[in-house]
Amino acid sequence: MKPIRALVCAVLMAPGLATAARSEILIGSVLSTTGPASFLGEPEKQTLEVYAKRINDAGGVNGEKIRLIIYDDGSDASNSRTFATRLVEQDQVVAVVGGTGTGNSLAMIPVFEEAGIPFVSLSGGVDIIDPVRKWVFKPPHTDRMACAKIFTDLKQRGLTNAAFIAGQGGYAKSMVTQCRSVAGQYGIKILAEESYGPRDSDMTAQLTRIKALPGLKAVINADIGQGPAIVTRNAAQINLGMPLYQSHGAATQGYLELAGPAAEGVRLPGPSLLVAEQLPDSDPQKKVLLDYTAVIEKATGKPVGTFGGYAHDGLLLLVDAMKRAGSADPAKVRDQLEKTKGYVATVGIITMSPTDHLGIDLSAFRMLEVKRGKWAVVD
Amino acid sequence: MRRILANPYAPAFALAVVVVMVPLLVPSPFYLRLATLVFINALVVVGLNLLMGYAGQISLGHAAFFAMGAYASAIGPAHLGLPTLASMLAGIVLTGVVAYGVGKPILRFKGYHLAVATLGLGVIVSIVITNEIAWTGGPDGMQVARLWIGSWRVSGVANWYWVAGITLIVAMLGAANLLSSPTGRALRAIHDSEVAAGVLGIDVARYKLLVFVISAIYAATAGAFLALFDGHVTPVTGGILRSIEFVAMAVLGGLGSILGSVLGAAVLVVLPQALTSFHEFEHAILGAILMVLMIALRRGVIPSLQSWLLRGAA
Amino acid sequence: MATALQILFSGLTVGAIYALVAIGFTLVYSSSEVVNFAQGEFVMLGGMISATAVAAGLAPLPAASLAIVATVVTGILLYGLAVAPARDASPIVVIIITIGASIFIRGLASVGMGKEFHTLPPLLATPTLDLGGASVQTQGLVVMAGSVAIVLTLWLFLRMTKLGRGIRATAANRLAAQLAGINPRVIVGLTFAISALIGALGGILITPITLTSFDVGTLLAVKGFAAAVLGGLTHPAGPVLGGLMIGLLEAVGAGYISSQYKDVFAFVVLLGVLFLRPQGILGGRAVERV
Repeated sequence: MKPIRALVCAVLMAPGLATAARSEILIGSVLSTTGPASFLGEPEKQTLEVYAKRINDAGGVNGEKIRLIIYDDGSDASNSRTFATRLVEQDQVVAVVGGTGTGNSLAMIPVFEEAGIPFVSLSGGVDIIDPVRKWVFKPPHTDRMACAKIFTDLKQRGLTNAAFIAGQGGYAKSMVTQCRSVAGQYGIKILAEESYGPRDSDMTAQLTRIKALPGLKAVINADIGQGPAIVTRNAAQINLGMPLYQSHGAATQGYLELAGPAAEGVRLPGPSLLVAEQLPDSDPQKKVLLDYTAVIEKATGKPVGTFGGYAHDGLLLLVDAMKRAGSADPAKVRDQLEKTKGYVATVGIITMSPTDHLGIDLSAFRMLEVKRGKWAVVD
Repeated sequence: MRRILANPYAPAFALAVVVVMVPLLVPSPFYLRLATLVFINALVVVGLNLLMGYAGQISLGHAAFFAMGAYASAIGPAHLGLPTLASMLAGIVLTGVVAYGVGKPILRFKGYHLAVATLGLGVIVSIVITNEIAWTGGPDGMQVARLWIGSWRVSGVANWYWVAGITLIVAMLGAANLLSSPTGRALRAIHDSEVAAGVLGIDVARYKLLVFVISAIYAATAGAFLALFDGHVTPVTGGILRSIEFVAMAVLGGLGSILGSVLGAAVLVVLPQALTSFHEFEHAILGAILMVLMIALRRGVIPSLQSWLLRGAA
Repeated sequence: MATALQILFSGLTVGAIYALVAIGFTLVYSSSEVVNFAQGEFVMLGGMISATAVAAGLAPLPAASLAIVATVVTGILLYGLAVAPARDASPIVVIIITIGASIFIRGLASVGMGKEFHTLPPLLATPTLDLGGASVQTQGLVVMAGSVAIVLTLWLFLRMTKLGRGIRATAANRLAAQLAGINPRVIVGLTFAISALIGALGGILITPITLTSFDVGTLLAVKGFAAAVLGGLTHPAGPVLGGLMIGLLEAVGAGYISSQYKDVFAFVVLLGVLFLRPQGILGGRAVERV
């Protein structure tokens, strides 16, 4: 009978733990730190925790400490929605930064819109801010921007016939769909779209099929996690014989380590974050990028990546808006978020407006190429 | 005591009391959302328990039916211009028809083969949902239109709490009714021994199929409710892990116990919420609790408690 | 021709991986009629502990040994602390206990070893080999050889040693075995330990191809389970055959039909086979009801 009693206690105690002290600013977050999207959610969580502590150590926001309440949705959008409700109803947070996958963000948006709480999403899908929703903002690049960057490069190199190989997760599918919708504008023809399952360990069958297509000039792999590394190795194994592009989902140190020498020559649209040291000193982003890299590497002992950078930008955008508003009142913070102008973030320089809740343009991406096991800027 | 425990309709009445009481006790609508999720999951598990606990057939694919109900309610209004209520009902009927068609061949399997066959069904449905982006929105899912019943717009936690709660009570009454009918006796005979049941002249295949279809309809109804309640649906709804979770709920609460199904669902829905304060140890503790509960109450929570109570009373 | 060969090798590589995972299921099943869903976590632990130890500076061989020992200890603990106490419970309850155990092990692994992906260096220095115009990962051949070697060793162990005969006797008739002086609890515990050993070994061998992370076990277990049932849960070679078949079906599906629906293709064929051979391809006796 003991376990049941413990269970009952745990259930009854849960609400008690969440009550806020008066002088704190409660910021909520729902992230996918387990499940298929944990590859994105985990660095986001680490970044939020490290930066919340730094902000508090530096005196907090408007004289008040911030407190983060982070929940793991296990990459399930219905869980995201439950936790969103919990943040609003139970924890009574004043703002939310989170939503790892696009589906997770979309499932939560109605809760925050109804409650009138500003929500800074960390997901890639363009649907989150198009059409513009009053309470929803998002710093990350959209998948469509990554497509545009890849297609521009393909066109410049005269490689106008391309094929996709993609995973079956939200990130991969959304990227392929959005790329297809803009391919025509760049004069790119998509000859094939191959796919592989969430834990597949060998993609040579798909790549062999792609390789046999007549007139094909380049292959694009859209995915996160271990998929890009395996595709890269398999492409080298069967001697693909044409340029391989990855998406920004592979823009991590982990990808370089897992793919090894097979990654040589692979190109991808990545954030400036990965090549901060190579930027000229005149670059306005350089200081922010180097600072973020130093902070995270010192705190976690792990290299920085695109997705942790999103969390950094999301939290600091919120804090910046709170400072300008002089309060943590949700409505005032929302108004100030919308007036964000020239804010230097890891993804780029953000300028929001009532018609643009994304605030960055294509220049936020750089075309990178793997050279001797390191990222190098192509343009 | 013994008589109350033996009454097949008692669990439904017990639940009715709970459904009425909960809104008076909880401090915020968040708890109503949790309760609603418990009801929705319990609806699936009650059906699954008829199949597993009474007819003795395992299914690792019930999330497929759950997802079919959910996506039918979403796709009808979005792509076919149907009213939400009509799509929901059509989806439930359609799922029943699919379960009938699929059940005929695969219920010939037994034990682990049936597990793999139903697992395959789940995998297939999940892959179709993930890949047919034009219809389903792919892995990021799709928005679900609001449900209107006449001029009543069913939205928000307060509405769905009652819809799900009352549906669950009706479903439990239905299950109790089925079990105290000759069908119920036939099912128990099949559970004890299919061969013996066959010798007694029971049409084993027909009864198994009947329960399979009923459980699929319960699952589809629950799926439709979840989609309409959330206003958004993703393929995780129909994933393998969800199917396994349903089975775990049924076994944890107790196979062959209707009340156990509700309790099993409640434990596995509420527990993750209660464990968030353990942060990264959340999952390890969830696994440990599941193990300890199953070891301590190895016939499931409710049957174990019942025999303990009866022993106390006797 | 080269294309067909390349797809064939892709299927064999993937199939060998499934086979390695599947072998672990049969042993526990034949001694206790339980499918141990924590088998995937054994595979995960083998790969993850090795990779973590290598990253911490250990040489590959000691790292792998450490991983194997730790996994076997986990297997014994799983039996002693979770499965044995529920000895008179029905198989489905024990299955749920093993599912709880797998959530538990995965949860601890994510805390202890992080959520990043890891890899291990392949066993042979030449990463790929040209065979008739198709390019094959040498590690794929290692995995194939490994699963055959494990099955043969297992077969010899079951036939030639006293313990092995004890396992077979318990599998055939538990009560009779008990009367003959065999302690079924020791025997079932032993099968958990051996399954953990096989799982860990498999995890180490496949990691250079599949990469690994704390949650690699779940889907591998699902595929391995399907492979074991397809091949026949009671025959030692069944899982190898089942695994290779599923791997080949997926590769043929991906290479010639549709890569999006390759798993559907594989499962439909699998179900068709089960209709024709309900006991699994190599299975002998009928499978008990759950």
